[in-house]
Amino acid sequence: MSKPLNIVKSRFVPIAIENIDTDQIIPARFLKATTREGFGKNLFRDWRYNNDNELEPKADFPLNNPNFSGEILVAGKNFGCGSSREHAAWAVDDYGFRVVVSSFFADIFKNNAQNNGVLPVTVSEEFLQKIFALGNEATLTVNLEAQTITIDATGEQAKFDINNYKKTCLLNGYDDIDYLLSIKNEIKEFEKN
Amino acid sequence: MSTLFDKIWDKHVVKSIEGGPSVLYIDKHFIHEVTSPQAFDGLRKRGIPVHNVKQVVATADHNVPTIDQHLPIKEALSKMQVQKLVDNCAEFGIELYGLGHPYQGIVHVIGPELGVTQPGMTMVCGDSHTSTHGAFGSIAFGIGTSEVEMVLATQCLLQSKPKQMRITIDGELHKGVTSKDIILYIISKISASGATGYFVEYAGSAIRALSMEARMTICNMSIEMGARGGLIAPDETTINYVKGRKFAPQGADWDKAVNYWNTLRTDDDAKFDVEINIKAEDIEPMVTYGTNPGMGISVNENIPSEKSIDEKEKPSFLKSLQYMGFEPGEKIKGHKVDYVFIGSCTNARIEDLRAVASFVKGKKKSDDVEVWIVPGSKQVEAQAKEEGIDKILEAAGFQLRQPGCSACLGMNEDKIPAGKYCISTSNRNFEGRQGAGARTLLASPLTAAAAAITGVISDVREMI
Repeated sequence: MSKPLNIVKSRFVPIAIENIDTDQIIPARFLKATTREGFGKNLFRDWRYNNDNELEPKADFPLNNPNFSGEILVAGKNFGCGSSREHAAWAVDDYGFRVVVSSFFADIFKNNAQNNGVLPVTVSEEFLQKIFALGNEATLTVNLEAQTITIDATGEQAKFDINNYKKTCLLNGYDDIDYLLSIKNEIKEFEKN
Repeated sequence: MSTLFDKIWDKHVVKSIEGGPSVLYIDKHFIHEVTSPQAFDGLRKRGIPVHNVKQVVATADHNVPTIDQHLPIKEALSKMQVQKLVDNCAEFGIELYGLGHPYQGIVHVIGPELGVTQPGMTMVCGDSHTSTHGAFGSIAFGIGTSEVEMVLATQCLLQSKPKQMRITIDGELHKGVTSKDIILYIISKISASGATGYFVEYAGSAIRALSMEARMTICNMSIEMGARGGLIAPDETTINYVKGRKFAPQGADWDKAVNYWNTLRTDDDAKFDVEINIKAEDIEPMVTYGTNPGMGISVNENIPSEKSIDEKEKPSFLKSLQYMGFEPGEKIKGHKVDYVFIGSCTNARIEDLRAVASFVKGKKKSDDVEVWIVPGSKQVEAQAKEEGIDKILEAAGFQLRQPGCSACLGMNEDKIPAGKYCISTSNRNFEGRQGAGARTLLASPLTAAAAAITGVISDVREMI
């Protein structure tokens, strides 16, 4: 079970960089943990700090900018490419983001996010640029049931796609594994052939 | 009317959910120490066993040191994670090819060499380079840890059928151009996201002419253009490779398997969502200059100039070049390197080591570079020693280390220092991939070996 998700209304953190790979989201040296907790403090570690030191934050990185906050991360095209490490989705979730908005997501990251109750929202490049151009006070509203994302100040809205099965899982916090375990007899039947 | 992908996929669908994904049956599941501990915890929490331990293959590769493997692992967290795999495999009854085992090695090297990987299968691993196994004409792709748990628990995954792309490479490769150059060329043309959402079939005379190991290099890097996986139809080369390997079918089972494998090809009238055609003659030795694998050029080309880059992509392009310490428009040939890494699931098989040895025989490495050669498995290491490759490499000043993922990913002891340039046969040149601040230039084993001798980026064709 993950946390159910439906409507998220929040300010957002913009990272206007394309092709952000999972090695940036969580560098390999932090993959040695054997639990799912605590990855948020190392989210974007090497873009966030100089010399790998939490006392030396890089002032120009959005996560260190006190003007940016919220439960929505907005990033450039092809977010989450590279390594399949689910630790990237755990780090995004643990940091406190419930939604990631981009014009394009890498497949494995998208699956991993959904499996952890984090909603990837794909918008057009044009809509993404509109969000990047907003001021830091602006808020967005993501409505999973309606499959819409709205810029609250102007009312501009975009629809996003998600398959019905995944939508139901996220709305209710269901896991794929619960479903698979429930059809174990059918799997065993399949194996006989 | 079916593609090779359709034929394998359809045979593995247990059921389809309306308006949703399919339940896909998985034949073989590879696990390693990094992406499995939380999955085993999940099984323990639910109090359920592994569905079928015979379909799971386990090894330790990402965290292992590549020198003095007989000694305890120095780094405490790495040691604990490797030990956790040992404990989990023992508790759940999974056979482990761990440190010290004669079959230990990089998961995508040992699967094929043990004959676990076979045509027509579905195969997964908590590692994006699982696409490697597609070289045998199987559907193989990387998954996250939640999905590792699903496969351990049920041998199934929920998957939506991807779109399909065919990349056909016809013609003959120039001398000194390898399968690594083919895949770096393809990614440079279609970008690091150009195949996202697709499964790719590689076809054409240039692909047919490749050995199995060269085909694995191509399929391995499918993920670097965003593809879920890549595959190549099995043929005589495939069947000859699998024959006689430890887990290959035997006797009557073998004949039956070969008959089936011979049906595994795309029908002439099958349709792909996207078709790309490439002439093998257009491909030159490649090297990357940026921080994603799509940023590649021929060793003789210049780094793109600022004005050739789309306005919207300029910030990412300049950020990338700044990290690499390169100027737009600069020539890449002749640029100095500090480290040479020949290894990883992309290029650490015996043919890679043979190619390097045959090129460097009688030559000496440049005094200014450090050269690490890391075999992909214990079996590759043993074979290299049997053929005297270790002696040739040593004489050239190259260091032959022990099997593991090594300097591909900055996780174990083998890291490239900040600011240093490493020409690497691995698969990713992301910022910090080989260690915080390290600068990676991806290339073929031959191009990497050429740089080891000259100390600078070189065109290997001028040296053979």
